[in-house]
Amino acid sequence: MSSREKILAAVKANQPDSTALPDLSVFETTAQGSLEKFAEVLTFIGGKIAYVTGYDDIARMIGEQHGNDAKIVTPLRELSKLRTASLDDLSSIHDLHDVDVAILKAHFAVAENGAVWITEHEMVHRVLPFVTQHLAIVIHETDIVPKMHQAYDKIGTMSDYGFGAFIAGPSKTADIEQSLVIGAHGPRSMTVFVISANPDFPK
Amino acid sequence: MTVGLFIPCYVDQFYPGAAIATLQLLEKLGVDVVYPQNQTCCGQPMANSGYEHLTKGCNELFIENFADFDYIVAPSGSCVLHVRDHLHDDKNPEAAKNISHKIYELTSFLTDVLKVEKLDARFPHKVGVHQSCHGQRGLHISSMTELVAPEFSKPGSLLQMVSDIELVSLGRKYECCGFGGTFCVTEEAVSVKMGKDRVEDHLEHGAEYITGADMSCLMHMEGILKRQGSKVKVIHIAEILNAG
Amino acid sequence: MEHSTKDHAELAEEFNRDEDRVDWHDETLWFIRSKRDKAAHSIPEWETLRETASQIKNNVLSNLHTYLQQFEQNAIANGVEVHWAADAAEHNQIVHRLINEANVVRMVKSKSMLTEECGLNEYLAKNGIEVIDSDLGERIVQLAEEPPSHIVLPCIHKKKEEIGEIFHQHLGIEAGISDPQFLTETARQHLREVFLTRKVALTGVNFAIAETGEFVVCTNEGNADMGAHLSEVHIASMGIEKLLPQKKHLGVFLRLLTRSATGQPITTYSSHFKKPREGQKMHIIIVDNGRTVQLGRKDFRNSLKCIRCAACMNTCPVYRRSGGHSYHTAVAGPIGSILAPNLDMEKYADLPFASTLCGSCSNVCPVKIDIHDQLYKWRQVLVQAGYTPTAKKLAMKAMATTLASPALYHIAGKAGRFTIKYAPFAVNNKLNPWYKQRDMPAAPEQSFGEWYKQNGKKK
Repeated sequence: MSSREKILAAVKANQPDSTALPDLSVFETTAQGSLEKFAEVLTFIGGKIAYVTGYDDIARMIGEQHGNDAKIVTPLRELSKLRTASLDDLSSIHDLHDVDVAILKAHFAVAENGAVWITEHEMVHRVLPFVTQHLAIVIHETDIVPKMHQAYDKIGTMSDYGFGAFIAGPSKTADIEQSLVIGAHGPRSMTVFVISANPDFPK
Repeated sequence: MTVGLFIPCYVDQFYPGAAIATLQLLEKLGVDVVYPQNQTCCGQPMANSGYEHLTKGCNELFIENFADFDYIVAPSGSCVLHVRDHLHDDKNPEAAKNISHKIYELTSFLTDVLKVEKLDARFPHKVGVHQSCHGQRGLHISSMTELVAPEFSKPGSLLQMVSDIELVSLGRKYECCGFGGTFCVTEEAVSVKMGKDRVEDHLEHGAEYITGADMSCLMHMEGILKRQGSKVKVIHIAEILNAG
Repeated sequence: MEHSTKDHAELAEEFNRDEDRVDWHDETLWFIRSKRDKAAHSIPEWETLRETASQIKNNVLSNLHTYLQQFEQNAIANGVEVHWAADAAEHNQIVHRLINEANVVRMVKSKSMLTEECGLNEYLAKNGIEVIDSDLGERIVQLAEEPPSHIVLPCIHKKKEEIGEIFHQHLGIEAGISDPQFLTETARQHLREVFLTRKVALTGVNFAIAETGEFVVCTNEGNADMGAHLSEVHIASMGIEKLLPQKKHLGVFLRLLTRSATGQPITTYSSHFKKPREGQKMHIIIVDNGRTVQLGRKDFRNSLKCIRCAACMNTCPVYRRSGGHSYHTAVAGPIGSILAPNLDMEKYADLPFASTLCGSCSNVCPVKIDIHDQLYKWRQVLVQAGYTPTAKKLAMKAMATTLASPALYHIAGKAGRFTIKYAPFAVNNKLNPWYKQRDMPAAPEQSFGEWYKQNGKKK
């Protein structure tokens, strides 16, 4: 008998009588996610937020934040003039080891925890949002859901992925005497650029 | 209604004042109280040590003593919880179940059954309230921040009815004192450390008396206070509610 | 995992010799418990979430046979290779084989309490395989040659000066550095080189989704992802109980997990691994190691609902004042005390007694495991199985006899009071553990029973 068979037989013999799954509709809501809440939480967890009217704003701000020597990569055509290196035709993903800034688009954000959802397709290379020293994410103001339940509803409507991640702020650790240090093994900073056509947008 | 008074074994032997106060308080509130003189113990010390199978004798004696009362009241959350959860008798399962439904810790009895709204009591001192674990988490005598639920305290609300009392605030309102039954001797180091920390919380906030619904917790803290040569005393809540 | 012959009480006594350090350990963990409280209270539907999560896990355990197969089928369809390990030894052998097949002798590992339980690092070291733990806390204890003391905060028992010293010894920094920022940067540089050069990476699994065959790994540091996405072979080890039925259930669990663990709304990274990267091999090892036995224990199977958040450890007043190492097992604290006896009753007979049964753990458990009730029940099991000292057994029998007889009880009570009053030296001595740091209660003239006989109502 293989271990698989042994384990499954033991599970079958020992599991209790079936109990039903609970109804999750109590968590449903039609409300939009609050940008204000998202910004508050993102800032609380060490992330940065910037409100822009378009990609020109983003390009300018990134240019200001990072010097001329920064290695900047992005799959976003709207920001192609910022690129100092290409994401195509890498001889190895290890070539990304010295990326300073990666600018990626996320599918949507979650207000309650300051996270954004991004899949492999937007990452281009899975390691990119982790190996980069600084991560910049672009979302639209209307793409914010209130809570994780709505996040999974939305993911359910999207196409399949081989890898996806919720990313909430920059990497961090408090392993040393509970002192919070921003910048552990992943990016040292994470900025979310929120695009809106609304001129009354907070700046 | 007639209430059977159940006095925990160590209260009977070492803190009769708490038992007397309980009796007098209930009588003051118009309750007909009887103390069955053949009672001994609820069996918790053995059960919590893993020897529940030895508590048959205790259980039978308890049922024999208390089966016929309308209510059973004890100045102890811990003992009441044990009886509620663990009293059973194969010969008399109905009697055991009935007792579980009608046994009350003192402060809950006052708030839930007698629905006391005022007390003729005076205790002009600074008092720290210790929320004994079995009462608060097992019998829901008070809330705690572990749960997201409205804040309440049955002992607290009764103490508010006592004139001239000053209840001190504490750093950790709901932490265990470390007595834990035989734990107090089998894990002596941790038990004492927990007790010392509780005592220090009360002392830091200026308590002159430490009170609570369970004499076991208070006995443990008193042992530490006396060893420290402290003037702070412990007092069962019944004695405060019965004071003045 | 090293087997200490000392039990919890002895190890806790040693831990308590440095009172300042106990205070520091206790306050640090209490601070985390407070953050958890704050996070929980910011969610009005918190208790509904807990109840929902509890019911989901009840459904999982009662349909595990179906979910395991569903998960396996979907994972395989995603291009992942699935292995089954009946016990720790088999798990370790599988990992070893996969490393050999990749023709390497080194591996990078992110946090997996399951691999701690299986003693993976020791096994691989004996077989000439170098494993580097990439979680900062785990790396620190690895360099210090100690096991982690806490399942979420592995080196919570270490002071920053001690960590600085460890890094001075092993990572070449100057002596005397204790700044957490500097130390973290040191680890970042050191581990970056590891991530970029290791071909095999092992991660744990926080949640495995039966519906889709994917699994989720939650980290704050990004180390699991750095290792996995740069590797050619990604191995993921999971216990059979890590399943969730459907993806949408993650909505409930990801809201509860980190708030319960550290008070954060969510970990920085909640990585959903579904298919291997192009050109990469992905393996999942599904491990039993005693879980099916626990599943069959009616009173204790709920312990398998655990999502390893450690909220119970942070709240436990005993854990905070004894430290994880006092439990001499991979997963310590309240949850460890109801899991470990299932693995070895004799070795872990002390753990269910390392508790006052205060019940705080059950209140903070996000999946509503009745931890303190199980601690009580394990005590009954262990006593019946004969794993308590004879002296205690005799004392308990004597107590039971005395307390079942009013006459004996009255005699014993009177004798006790008499002794305390007139022969205090009989109890106020080294043989009486109560007396070590506490005074005995005073002996009143009369018991309440005696007073009542004289003064109370006759009926």
